[in-house]
Amino acid sequence: MTKLTPVLSASWDQKDSFTIEGYKRNGGYKAVEKALSMAPDDVIQLVKDSGLRGRGGAGFPTGMKWGFIPQGDNKEHYFVVNADESEPGTCKDMPMLMANPHVLVEGIIIGSYAIRANHAFIYIRGEVTHIIRRVQQAIEDAYKAGYLGKNILGKGFDLELVLHVGAGAYICGEETALLDSLEGFRGQPRLRPPFPAIAGLYARPTVVNNVESVASVPAIVNNGVEWFASMGTEKSKGFTLYSLSGHVKNPGQFEAPLGVTLRELIALAGGMRNGNKLKFWTPGGSSTPLFTEEHLDTPLDYEGVAAAGSMLGTKALQIFDETVCVVRAVLRWTEFYKHESCGKCTPCREGTWWLVQILKDLESGKGEAADLDKLLDLCDNIAGRSFCALADGAASPIISSLKYFRQEYLDHLANGGCPFDPAKSTLFALTEAGAN
Amino acid sequence: MPLTAADNQVMDSIINRYPRSRSAIMPLLHFAQSKDGYVTPESIEVIAQKLNLETAEVSAVATFYTQYKRKPVGEYHVGVCTNTLCAVMGGDAIFEALKDHLGIENDEVTADGKVSVEHIECNAACDYAPVVMANWEFYDNQTVQSAKDLVDAMRQGNPPAPTRGPNKLPTWKENSAVLAGLNDGRANEGVQAGEPSLLGLKISKEQGAK
Repeated sequence: MTKLTPVLSASWDQKDSFTIEGYKRNGGYKAVEKALSMAPDDVIQLVKDSGLRGRGGAGFPTGMKWGFIPQGDNKEHYFVVNADESEPGTCKDMPMLMANPHVLVEGIIIGSYAIRANHAFIYIRGEVTHIIRRVQQAIEDAYKAGYLGKNILGKGFDLELVLHVGAGAYICGEETALLDSLEGFRGQPRLRPPFPAIAGLYARPTVVNNVESVASVPAIVNNGVEWFASMGTEKSKGFTLYSLSGHVKNPGQFEAPLGVTLRELIALAGGMRNGNKLKFWTPGGSSTPLFTEEHLDTPLDYEGVAAAGSMLGTKALQIFDETVCVVRAVLRWTEFYKHESCGKCTPCREGTWWLVQILKDLESGKGEAADLDKLLDLCDNIAGRSFCALADGAASPIISSLKYFRQEYLDHLANGGCPFDPAKSTLFALTEAGAN
Repeated sequence: MPLTAADNQVMDSIINRYPRSRSAIMPLLHFAQSKDGYVTPESIEVIAQKLNLETAEVSAVATFYTQYKRKPVGEYHVGVCTNTLCAVMGGDAIFEALKDHLGIENDEVTADGKVSVEHIECNAACDYAPVVMANWEFYDNQTVQSAKDLVDAMRQGNPPAPTRGPNKLPTWKENSAVLAGLNDGRANEGVQAGEPSLLGLKISKEQGAK
């Protein structure tokens, strides 16, 4: 049986796991004492040696990112956490911050010390009020306990940590849009270079890390590089949160070594709901090309998923069974990208609008077969032609669904509309029929 | 937004969080919503004055983000996730049923001012689909019936507590203050995690026990 490795989630079943008392009882704030006794460069080296890679989607090595911050430059440095979790299907950082916000705070102190930042920010999405309460309280309690503020633990290190609440824009999960938003502007991506490590927040050297990446650091400091590398695969080391949602019997969070397969995870989730057949799934959110049943044994690490033509992304495994119309699913995602396009780059702003028009026609059976090639042509003119990856994400579900389900698009045309009954896909249709 | 001395102090404290004052625009807009329920032209002026900006600069920010409302919402603002996964799992049916039940369209408020509805994008709770948010608190695993019951209770002034949230559902204005970074002292209320969040941990413990 697949061995799970709860590290981040290990304390979540304790009623007070989110309090500073609960966190310290479970060994919390020990890593910060250790890290602040090390030289900052040694902390960066430790994180480099661990092989920890960004858990927000891109998989960039976290320690290397920290190492890019120029030192001795007499400029302020900033440490920014991306808690704007909004990629469709992604639901790992929010439950973590609800159950254990202090592990993030501790990771921030360590990271800020390493890159020599005296000011840190958590940019959290605005639609999660109770999680915002928990993080706010954790910050206040960490100040009271002397883990934040002036002269932390008597080590001469000062750190101010501010929680910044977003206001409902998916694009702010893109790191340069996040920085613009944090500076008080519309959240629109910047042209790179310069990268945030050189000119980030207020044009100062800045690290932007995902919640899970930062939260993984205290455990690495406590347990060491070898312990971390004992989990995962050669180039994708450690543990991570896999989020299963959709048509499995028991959706939920599974913390496992990198490289586990969907077949193993579905078994842990009790199998497919109602014994139905798996039709398609996302390995890492809606911006990662769709997979099908043929990818059940693909190792879910950065290399394995990429070799099979998609991306590990945020490990947001959205599972859709045979009752779901892929055209409907793709249209809805495309409407999302159109709505969330910030409007800065023309190919994305105009292109996503046209994609929606064509897909709407196809879903309602009003399109024509030539529209399928038009979709692909549009995708080719959108992906890779904007400042950020939103447009690439918009193209992913369309290109991959046409690759695996071209006939289903054509069936809509032959049928004069969608051949599926949406009621069969719902959670309550199944339970109310007693079929669950 | 007629400003009391206390409001002024709160706004100053929000501005003082940041190395550069312009960064305070977003929390100040949330704060404005906690006073008026939405972003009024007057509050745009107040914020512009406070930050020494043009009103157009503040408006540009306020109109970019969907959580800033340009007209009043209900005392309880209900968001139904209709992004793909939730939509398929029942979000579409819930959204249609709520509009029909309340006699309002997307982004509208009931005549009594109690409830407004909006279809929302993924709210990072996919393992609890279909998800309904009220004043940005989680109502997990909803059905058409449970969602109708929820809005009925709102109109009677006694909505049930969120699935993962405080013991009592705060109003839109109360929660807007939390989004502005003002601690309402309710962080300790509610569960630390729902069942789906704990599933892997539970299985791991069962594995260890064997």
